[in-house]
Amino acid sequence: MSAVAAIGIDAGSTTCKLVAVDAEGVIVGSLLEQTEPRVELQVRRMLDELRADLGAQGDVPTVATGYGRKLIKQAARNLTEITCHAKGVFRDLGRGGTLIDIGGQDSKVIQIGDDGRPVDFMMNDKCAAGTGRFLEHTAARLGVPVEDLGKRALSVSEEEPISSTCTVFAESEIISLIARGADPDAILRGLHRSLVGRVVSMARNVGIVPPLMLSGGVAHNEAVRTMIADATSEEVIVPREAQLMGAYGAALLGSAT
Amino acid sequence: MTSRQTLPHYVDSSRLEHFVNYEILGKSALRVQRWRDQWKLATRQPRPESPLNPPLRCVAYMKEIMSRHYLEGRYASGVRKVAWVTSGAPTEPLQALGYFLVYPENHAALCGVRRNAQSIAEEAEHAGWSRDICSYARTDIGAMLSGKTPAGRIPRPDVLVCCTNICQTVLHWYRVLADYFDCPLVLIDTPFLYHEAHEHEVAYVKRQIEDMIHVAEEIAGKSLDEKRFRDVMANARRGAGLWLEVLNRSQHRPAPMTAFDGFIHMGPIVDMRGEAVTVGYYERMLGELDERIERGIGAIKDERYRVLWDNLPIWFQIGNLSKWLAERGVNVVASTYTYAWGELAPMIDPDRPLDSMARVYLHPILNRSTGHKLDSMKRMVDEFELDGVILHSDRSCKPYSLGQIDQRDRLVKTLGVPALLLEADHSDPRDYAEEQGANRLEAFVETMEART
Repeated sequence: MSAVAAIGIDAGSTTCKLVAVDAEGVIVGSLLEQTEPRVELQVRRMLDELRADLGAQGDVPTVATGYGRKLIKQAARNLTEITCHAKGVFRDLGRGGTLIDIGGQDSKVIQIGDDGRPVDFMMNDKCAAGTGRFLEHTAARLGVPVEDLGKRALSVSEEEPISSTCTVFAESEIISLIARGADPDAILRGLHRSLVGRVVSMARNVGIVPPLMLSGGVAHNEAVRTMIADATSEEVIVPREAQLMGAYGAALLGSAT
Repeated sequence: MTSRQTLPHYVDSSRLEHFVNYEILGKSALRVQRWRDQWKLATRQPRPESPLNPPLRCVAYMKEIMSRHYLEGRYASGVRKVAWVTSGAPTEPLQALGYFLVYPENHAALCGVRRNAQSIAEEAEHAGWSRDICSYARTDIGAMLSGKTPAGRIPRPDVLVCCTNICQTVLHWYRVLADYFDCPLVLIDTPFLYHEAHEHEVAYVKRQIEDMIHVAEEIAGKSLDEKRFRDVMANARRGAGLWLEVLNRSQHRPAPMTAFDGFIHMGPIVDMRGEAVTVGYYERMLGELDERIERGIGAIKDERYRVLWDNLPIWFQIGNLSKWLAERGVNVVASTYTYAWGELAPMIDPDRPLDSMARVYLHPILNRSTGHKLDSMKRMVDEFELDGVILHSDRSCKPYSLGQIDQRDRLVKTLGVPALLLEADHSDPRDYAEEQGANRLEAFVETMEART
């Protein structure tokens, strides 16, 4: 087993991720859990678990990111998700381009230069529409598990357009559509289209420099990937561990210090 | 609608009250206060934990001057003629006629700094004014209706002068004031410029300034003294010119002041443009900045990144932001907003007062195209050797915020400098999400770090 060179912690709003890397920057271990209310306690427990699993001894440089990053006392540094996602994705995919990260609480577009540095970014942090929360919220209303959302949305060709740009009002719209007997999968397809429309418009604001890359939990959703590709006419590349990219970037930044 | 009679907090003072409370007691108390402030600054212990160097010593004078101005305001009604004016109004003839000037926008900014803008604005909101209206307008209308003000008391206007070179909201806002106070409203309409002003536009504005002078003379009961008018113009030119020099001193590394200092020290050039005291103040300030430059003292202790601020400040966050940024080695060394009160100084010509006033009041940055503002920002990035730009997207100030998305985009793409759009409001804290704002700012600082 390779020695642990650094650990990255991504204390996100929905999930909490830990990634350990070796001196070559290769992932040697990771953990992912739903975020608990006391994230600092959760991270302490997860860190102990990861270190025990990997047999990590002594001080390991640790960097934290995500919304709860400032609560993580074990981290020597904390950095924003912009820097960490850019670092992780660049290392994993080996190229610059435009990265879309759709997280639970916000979504971001990061333009990564050919040298891996973030050149420009834009965040949607004021409105739940355009974030993972939008899908989560509406999925709950339709009684569909989050992991099935994308598959269900792609299983139909018809689409119920969702005109509300607000998560709360979109929910009211869904209730009306259900009451009118609309197909839940067609509603889901419309919901995905609405989310993608928001994200792509933000990406266009920053300027899409190909290739288009996707990270964050929502990257696992095949409907989001397909619809972003359709809307931009660009190929969408997803790293192998899309959800871990923030923690991976944090670990890489930790091992560099 | 409420009428003047139902605004009981607007009361006239007697000449005796003005003399005793302002001329004798007030001025003396403020002088003593200034001495105390100077003593505190001189004996201040070093604060190794602060990322900022000690404030400029001249701040004690600035406090005295501004407090004196607001104190006189308490006793001006009934003693001096009072004009309420927009920040871009051609005030020099009014000053020459002896008017006491009230700048409602400056008053609302004061409420913002003191963090009571929200509660005062709510007075207006409860009376039916929408939250979508500029928070300056809501704050001042709220102050007018309730009498709430951190300044003690604001004098009732004898005339209102509204110039549209800063926005169109003032047009409606001042009509409301005219209705409440039942006093004359002089409107000066300035055509929006996509180019340097044409002669017919200058003539159009000049004629309106002449009309304003006639109204102001009639209300004051006296004629404009040409000599006095020229003196005021000369002071305005000198004061604005000095202010420009003060701001340009931050082209030095490390910059001897921050734009946040500028937001505070701009009080005299906004409220007392054309007065000798303003000229004297900026001479003093310039001297102190030169002393700092000579000794290599920066406004912040470790200046690693130099940044431009676009738009009005977030008044209620000035102290926090200044410290937060300084802790990360960021000095906001320049701002388009403070520059607006200096950059037109060369246009002021005391020998051609009316003609040059018409030109000056046509050319503020807010009365010019978004392309012009972009060019100004690019020039400042170059002249101040900046590493980044923060564009405050001000919910209240639509004319200033319009075009910022494209301006940001061009700055990033053509100059390659990181640029951040920060959504907030100049004085309503309900429109600023502190946590999200800090997160964006952190990412912006990291982007600058990644470039080095």
